[in-house]
Amino acid sequence: MPEIEKVPAKKKLGAVADKVYQNAWDAKERGEKIGWSASKFPAEIAETLGLAVCYPENQAAAIAAKHGGKRMCQHAEDMGYDNDICGYARINLAYAAGFEAEEKPMPQPDFVLCSNNICNCMTKWYENLAKMHNIPLIMIDVPYNNTAEVDDDHVTYMRGQFDDAIKQLEKISGRSWDEKKFEQVCANSNRTAKAWLKVCSYCQYKPSPFSGFDLFNHMAVVVTARCKVEAAEGFEALAEELEQNLKDGKSTWHYEETHRIMFEGIPCWPELQALFKPLKEKGINTTAVVYAPAFGFVYNNMDEMMRAYCKAPNSVCLETGVEWREGICRENKVDGILVHYNRSCKPWSGYMPEMQRRFRKDLGVPVVGFDGDQADPRNFAVAQYNTRVEGLFEVMEEYTARKGENSK
Amino acid sequence: MSRTEELLSEFAEIVSSPRKQLNKYLAQGKKAIGCFPYYIPEEIVYAADMVPFGIWGQTGGTINAAKEYFATFYCTIAQLNLEMGLKGTLDGLSGVIASPMCDTLRPFTQNFRVACPQFPFIFLAHPQNRKPGYGVDFTVTQYTNVKDKLEEIGGKSISEERLKNAIKVYNHSRASRRKFVELAGKHPEIVTASQRNAVLKSAYFILKSEHTVLLNELNNLLEKAPVVEWKGSKIVTSGIVLDSPSLLDIIESNNIAIVADDVAHESRAIRIDVPENEEDPMKALALQFAAQDYDTLLYDPEINKRPGYIVDKVKESGAQGVVIMMMQFCDPEEMEFPALKKGLEEAGIPYVRIGIDQQMTNFEQARTSLQAFSDILSMQK
Repeated sequence: MPEIEKVPAKKKLGAVADKVYQNAWDAKERGEKIGWSASKFPAEIAETLGLAVCYPENQAAAIAAKHGGKRMCQHAEDMGYDNDICGYARINLAYAAGFEAEEKPMPQPDFVLCSNNICNCMTKWYENLAKMHNIPLIMIDVPYNNTAEVDDDHVTYMRGQFDDAIKQLEKISGRSWDEKKFEQVCANSNRTAKAWLKVCSYCQYKPSPFSGFDLFNHMAVVVTARCKVEAAEGFEALAEELEQNLKDGKSTWHYEETHRIMFEGIPCWPELQALFKPLKEKGINTTAVVYAPAFGFVYNNMDEMMRAYCKAPNSVCLETGVEWREGICRENKVDGILVHYNRSCKPWSGYMPEMQRRFRKDLGVPVVGFDGDQADPRNFAVAQYNTRVEGLFEVMEEYTARKGENSK
Repeated sequence: MSRTEELLSEFAEIVSSPRKQLNKYLAQGKKAIGCFPYYIPEEIVYAADMVPFGIWGQTGGTINAAKEYFATFYCTIAQLNLEMGLKGTLDGLSGVIASPMCDTLRPFTQNFRVACPQFPFIFLAHPQNRKPGYGVDFTVTQYTNVKDKLEEIGGKSISEERLKNAIKVYNHSRASRRKFVELAGKHPEIVTASQRNAVLKSAYFILKSEHTVLLNELNNLLEKAPVVEWKGSKIVTSGIVLDSPSLLDIIESNNIAIVADDVAHESRAIRIDVPENEEDPMKALALQFAAQDYDTLLYDPEINKRPGYIVDKVKESGAQGVVIMMMQFCDPEEMEFPALKKGLEEAGIPYVRIGIDQQMTNFEQARTSLQAFSDILSMQK
C-alpha cells in the first residue's frame, strides 16, 4: 500500500481559512444569505444555524498584508471617514462601499454580526455597514469590565442578547435552533481553542521549536474557523509537528535564539517583513503574543461561554490584562518586550504606558515601544522601529551580561 | 445692569471658577462627586445629598502629567480629566464616576483609577442594548452599584423617597434648560453664544435645584422680551463640547446665533426626562437611559437615524446651517460624520466642519471657516 503523503499543518490551516471564504461565495451563489462578523462575536450561533460568515477584520488584515491598506484607507477617507479611524474599519468600509480589493475579495453581506467586546468602534463600524447595505445588524454588546471577575449581571445581560440574536438569525437563515448541533459546534470550538493554546504553549521551550511570528499567520484560522472540526484538526497537527521539532531539536526559527521577547499588540500587517528583519538579524525570537490567551475561548457550559466572550484583550481590566501578559512572558521565558503603539487601536494602546511600567517592575525586563499601525502603512516608520529594536537588543544584552556576572 | 444681565453674569461667574463653587459646597459640609462623561445618573448623587460635579476636560488646559498614561492620539477631554486628577485640580472631590463609553474612555477609566487612587472610583458601564428588558435590568444593576458606592462614601443609605425627589429636581432642571435653549435661540440679541454656554455649563458646577431657580427667573424675563428680528445668521451646533471662549467669540463676532444644538455637553444631556410614574426610581432612571437616542456614543438599533434628527432640528429651529465641532481623535463622532454629511447634503442644509481640541491655541483657521460660513448663510437668506 503506498504511503499517504502527510500534508504539512501550515498547508492544512491555510486551506481551512480559504474554505471559510469559499463557503461564503458558494452560499451566496446558491442564493443563501451570508453575514459579516466581528471576530469575537460568538461564532457558535451562526455556525449552529449553518450560516456562512466572513470576517472583516481578517479581510482587512489580509488586504493590508498584501499592501492594499493604504489604497483602501484613502478610499474611505474620500468617503468622509477620518484618517484617525481604525485602519481595519476604513479598509472594510471602503470595500463595503464597492471599492474592489483583489487582495482578499469576499461576498457583500446580507446581515452583519457585531460584538463590541474588542472595541466601541465596532458598534459604529457595523452600523455604517448595515446602513450602507440596508441589512439587519445583530448586536451583542459586551460592557467593558472593571474587575477581574465577570459577574452574574453581565452573564444575565449576555444571555438575553444571545437569545435575541438566535431568534433574529433563525429568521434570517430560515432554520430552527438545534441544541444538539449547538453542542457539537461548542465541542469543536473548545477543541480548536485547546489545540490553539497547545500550539502557543510550545513557545515555552528554549530554544523554541518555532518562530512566534508564525502565530500571526495562523491567527486567521482561529478567528474565522474556530467552530469547525478542520480548524481543531489543523492546530492538533501543528502541535504534533512542534512536538516532533522539539524531539528533533528543529525549529521554524532558523536563526540563533539569542533573546526571546513578547510582541505586544496587533502586528503592522503591511510591514511584517520590516518587523521581522531586525529581529531575525539579532536573533530575537518572539515567543509570546497576546493573541494566545485572546482566542483561547475554553468553556464548559453556556454561562462559561458568556463569560469567555466577556474576556477579550480590550474588554478586561488593567490588572487582568497585565496578568495575562505577565503569565505568558513568564511561561515563555521572555527577556524583553516590544510594544506596538498602534495608531488604529485606541483602547489597546491606551493601557500600554501603565502596562509598560508594570512589566518592567514585575518582570524586571526591558520594555520598548514603537509607533505603528495594524493596517495603514502611513503610520509606521521603519527607521524608528529599527532604532527601538536596536535599543531593546542592547539593554537585553546588558541584562544578560549582568545576570551572567551575578551567577558567577 | 438689567436683571437679565445680572443673571447672565451670575452664570458666567459660576463658570469662571468651578473651584470657587466646589469650595463653597465643601465649606457647607457637603461632599462632591466628579462626574466624567457620559450619561452619569447624577440624580443618585443628588439623592445622596452630595454635589454632582460635571468634569468635561478643561478648555485651555495643558497636558503634561497625563502624557505618562496616554500617547498623543487621544481625545484631549479624557487626557485633561486625568491631568486635573494628577495635578490636584480635582482635590476636594469625595469620589468620581467614570464610564467607558468610547475607546478612549475605556483606558481612561483604568488609567484614572490607578493614577489617582486618592479618589474613590465608581465605575459605570452602560449597556448599549439598552432598550430591551434585559438591557433595562442591566442598567438597574449598574446604577445600583453606583448607589451602593455612594452610600459607602456618604456613610448613609439613599432612600427611595430621596431618589424620587432627585428625579423631580432633575426633570425640572432639564425642562428649564430645554426651555432656555429655545428662548436663547429666539433672543440672540440678548443671549450671546458665550452667555448661552455659561448658562448651560454652569449646571455642572451648582446644585440643579439652585440652578433651576436662577434659570427660571431668566427664562421668565426672556419670555417677556419683545421679539427682535435677527440680522445675522442662525445655526445648529453639533459635537461633544463647545465651551472655548475663543470659538464662542468668533461665533458672536460673526453675528451667528446658536438656535439649537446637538452637543453632548449641552442638549444631548438634557433631552430625556426620567419617567415619574415608574414606582421603582432605579428602574425609572434605567428607563431614561433606555430612551436616549440620536447620539454618536450610543448604539442605534434603528441604524443611523441621527442625521434625520439633526435635519429636523435645523428645520424646527429655523437655522440655516450646521456647525460641526469635531473633537480631534473622537472616533464616535468621526464614524458618524459621513452619514451626517450625507443627510445634510440631501436636505440641502449647508454645514461646516471645524476641527477642535481643548488645548487649541490657534483659532485662525476656525475663524476663517466660520467667517466664510457666515457669509454663505447670509447670501442664502
